[in-house]
Amino acid sequence: MMRIVSTFYAALIYGFVFLPVAVLILFSFQGSLFPIPPFNGPSLRWYGAVLTDARLTSGLGNSILVASLSSFTATLLGFLAAWGFARFTLPASGALRALITLPLMVSYLIIGMGLLIVFTSLGVSKSLFAAGIGHVVINMPLCFAIIYSQMGDHQANIERAARDLGASEFKVLGLITAPMLWPALFAGFFLSMTFSWDEFVIAFLLTRFQTTLPIEIWNLLHAGLNPKTNAVGSLVFGISIFFAIVFEIFALRKKPS
Amino acid sequence: MSNGANTRAGWLAVSPAILWTVLFFIVPFIGMVLTSLWPKGADSWSLADYSQFFENDAYWRAMTNSLEVTGMVTFFSVVLAYPFAWILAFVLPERWQRLALMFAVLPFWTSYVVRSYAWLLVLSENGVINSALVNLGIFNQPIQLANTRFATVIGFVHFFVMLLTLTIYANLKQLSPNYRKAATDLGASAFQTFIHVILPLTLPGIMVGAFLTFVLAIGDYITPQILGGNNELLMPQLIMMQIGRRGDFASASALSIILMVVVSIAYLACARWLKIERA
Repeated sequence: MMRIVSTFYAALIYGFVFLPVAVLILFSFQGSLFPIPPFNGPSLRWYGAVLTDARLTSGLGNSILVASLSSFTATLLGFLAAWGFARFTLPASGALRALITLPLMVSYLIIGMGLLIVFTSLGVSKSLFAAGIGHVVINMPLCFAIIYSQMGDHQANIERAARDLGASEFKVLGLITAPMLWPALFAGFFLSMTFSWDEFVIAFLLTRFQTTLPIEIWNLLHAGLNPKTNAVGSLVFGISIFFAIVFEIFALRKKPS
Repeated sequence: MSNGANTRAGWLAVSPAILWTVLFFIVPFIGMVLTSLWPKGADSWSLADYSQFFENDAYWRAMTNSLEVTGMVTFFSVVLAYPFAWILAFVLPERWQRLALMFAVLPFWTSYVVRSYAWLLVLSENGVINSALVNLGIFNQPIQLANTRFATVIGFVHFFVMLLTLTIYANLKQLSPNYRKAATDLGASAFQTFIHVILPLTLPGIMVGAFLTFVLAIGDYITPQILGGNNELLMPQLIMMQIGRRGDFASASALSIILMVVVSIAYLACARWLKIERA
């Protein structure tokens, strides 16, 4: 009895969770003009329409650019800060660490609006660069927290050994510390990539002509229900799943258990 | 151990992150607070944009709408996710659990805008649900599902059921099976074991998940804008409207700060469950 109820309930939740995704993907192969029943396909015409849409393809390129550069910056700054706080006794260390992680407590809307107000009053125009700055603000605290939590004393001893053997501080950081911490660096970078890739409100407020893919998809919605939106949505889903699998393979495999 | 030269290297390492946070987070935040205190078109400091929130019915209603929707979303997400996480953790054989869990959160990877759009496909007047209902003869005409509060709640619950399944599952797996064994040995029924043993032990985990749901849902603009439409406004929609349609940064800033205060109150209300510990 318990088993039947459980199976039924689990099937219900899986159905609920997968319903929109299944409908999205099914009607991306729609042959006619609207992504609503009846289904008459399969057809690849809407995928063709996505790939020849200059706005969507440039949005894709912009998203990749913003995500990778902002994630790189966030990981680098987070790593340096984590190393500084873990290896040196700095005054007010607790307060400064709290300061760095503070943006995690605040919604993206507020971060985006604050930047918009400051950039507007300084005459800085909206751009991908401005959105990238915002993405570093949201992702750096995360990178810092992940990397800082992985900094242990055993690594400090290895660093000291390298220093005693004559390595400069810079070399220690690049050749000893970073390789030892690479799973944390990778996790921070990867999480930043996914958040930046999918981020809407900051990019919406801080970009204008050149913009990221989520904003371009948002612009498509003004046309109402449209199989082209299904197609681009399914493509983005596929790309995200691909990277999730890559992450699973590289970052989680070496987990000690 | 740290001498002067060493500390200098430490400062050098931490200063870019601190500088970035101050320049692009603290300064903008202060800018926002100052902006909120100088109403658009006014020539002096004033709290008018704050008092307007309490005086203007539409603003006040946006907040009550937001609280109602977020409350419903949090409640339904927990109630739906808990039994599901339970089944994954205790009914399903161990070796299938990881796969079942990964599968359950797969739609997480759809983009945020696309996820709401996909629900629009399902719920719209000619959408999948309505055509099924009409074709099966249950209704003669399509019923309105999209552009309603119901649609907003569904869209949110969909996302947070996945999130909460993850957190509650992790919570349930951390419990030692001995608790359940001991309760059973002492004569408790399955239901009594759940109410008196498992539920109290997993309450902190549920509260963390519920708080996360509350914070993320109340600040979200996309889901209510796409699924709820403009029939009723939630706070983030009102804030974006002040910026987009009216260019009124002062009002938008004041409303954002009020929203932040509400979230902080929610945080304080469940702070005793939210002790986030560093390993």
